[in-house]
Amino acid sequence: MLVGHRTWIFENKPVIKSSATIVGPFEGKGRLADDFDIIHDDLWLKQDSYEKAEKVLLEESCQASIKKAGLKKEDIQFFFCGDLSNQITSTSFAARTLGAPYFGLFGACSTSMEGLALSAFVVNAKGAKYVLTGAVSHNTAVEKQFRYPTEYGGQKPPTAQWTVTGAGTAVIGEEGEGPFVTSATIGRVADMGLSDPFNMGGAMAPAAIDTIETHLKERNIPASYYDVIVTGDLGHIGHEIALDLLIKQGVNLTSETFKDCGIMIYREGQPVIAGASGAGCSAVVTYGHLLNEMKKGALKRILVVATGALLSPITYQQNETIPCIAHAVSIETEVGAGGGI
Amino acid sequence: MAIYFWAFVVGGAICVIGQIMFDVFKLTPAHTLSTLVVVGAVLDGFGLYEPLIEFAGAGATVPITSFGNSLVHGAMAEAEKHGIIGVITGMFEVTSSGISAAIVFGFIGALLFKPKG
Repeated sequence: MLVGHRTWIFENKPVIKSSATIVGPFEGKGRLADDFDIIHDDLWLKQDSYEKAEKVLLEESCQASIKKAGLKKEDIQFFFCGDLSNQITSTSFAARTLGAPYFGLFGACSTSMEGLALSAFVVNAKGAKYVLTGAVSHNTAVEKQFRYPTEYGGQKPPTAQWTVTGAGTAVIGEEGEGPFVTSATIGRVADMGLSDPFNMGGAMAPAAIDTIETHLKERNIPASYYDVIVTGDLGHIGHEIALDLLIKQGVNLTSETFKDCGIMIYREGQPVIAGASGAGCSAVVTYGHLLNEMKKGALKRILVVATGALLSPITYQQNETIPCIAHAVSIETEVGAGGGI
Repeated sequence: MAIYFWAFVVGGAICVIGQIMFDVFKLTPAHTLSTLVVVGAVLDGFGLYEPLIEFAGAGATVPITSFGNSLVHGAMAEAEKHGIIGVITGMFEVTSSGISAAIVFGFIGALLFKPKG
């Protein structure tokens, strides 16, 4: 059901049946290591290229989440997924292995929630019983995509972020114990004229603010309805800007109730500069850590706002600014406990 | 000792200029690099880079500006001997050791490690 301009309320309670996260060695040394299903200690994953390694990350994550849901891969009716490589090949190649009907998504680092919103919509509308969704990124494959030649080793400024090596996927089903996907607000492309690809957090902050404000307004709930609102990968700089602006505009949030996947995933002291990024960042933090916290009961209602910078190396070289987007999806353990539904 | 001091100061100053171009004027690494090469070339065109090398030694020969200097230097020296063709052949006369070293060491590096970015 559409409320307002761009918010869907999922009244049939699509359920996150299971989720899985597969990460690389650097993430395994991070703060959320206990929340991941498999931690690879080899960045190559025994493949002969990083792109193949990225594909394997996603294949393993798909397999693990299907298995955890107690299903077979034939049970998956649709697959919504994406990554950051040209023509999203890692995802399409993994979809070849999976064999399910497939929608390839590109929302840069917002892909995880774009996929979850669409999957929940399809399941809610009885378009499928089981849908698999997720996102993947591989640090070195993505660095090669956006910052070639990486061998040149150009200096990174303090605003730069570290691309996560990881895949996070979830199976969305019609019924189960929860957590439930309760609503989603689809982002509009926002472009405030920033053009520095080493400051994506700053560029994406306005998109996150726009989507969060719209979501709260259209669902007619206060920010305090959620235990925590988590942005995708704004990093330290973008996240601070977003929190400041939201507080100024009267949204009641603090650094306790407003977090960022890009800050949560790594430890202090890991050389990630302003934090993490990449399509896999919000995917592994949401489908790993946040869902685990919900299962433990530490979190009951969360809003995940995955943010994406929709640039390419070519548009940047042609002096274009960076268009950004943010998609918000709410996940709750008890439906109808209060608020907008 | 004075030569070490001036090598440090001049070499450091060239790097400071590069860092300012990078941080303040937001030039990309590629733009910063090629601008400094062109500056070295132009300085040598006016005969100003050689005195800087005499004064600061490695402080002037190690930074990338020295590459621009060498390109122009070689071109001008060969042009005197062989005319206009010398401009073309001379450009890589002085710089060929650096370019060849990049190729040779790049090749050895690629044999030892996985050269896949």
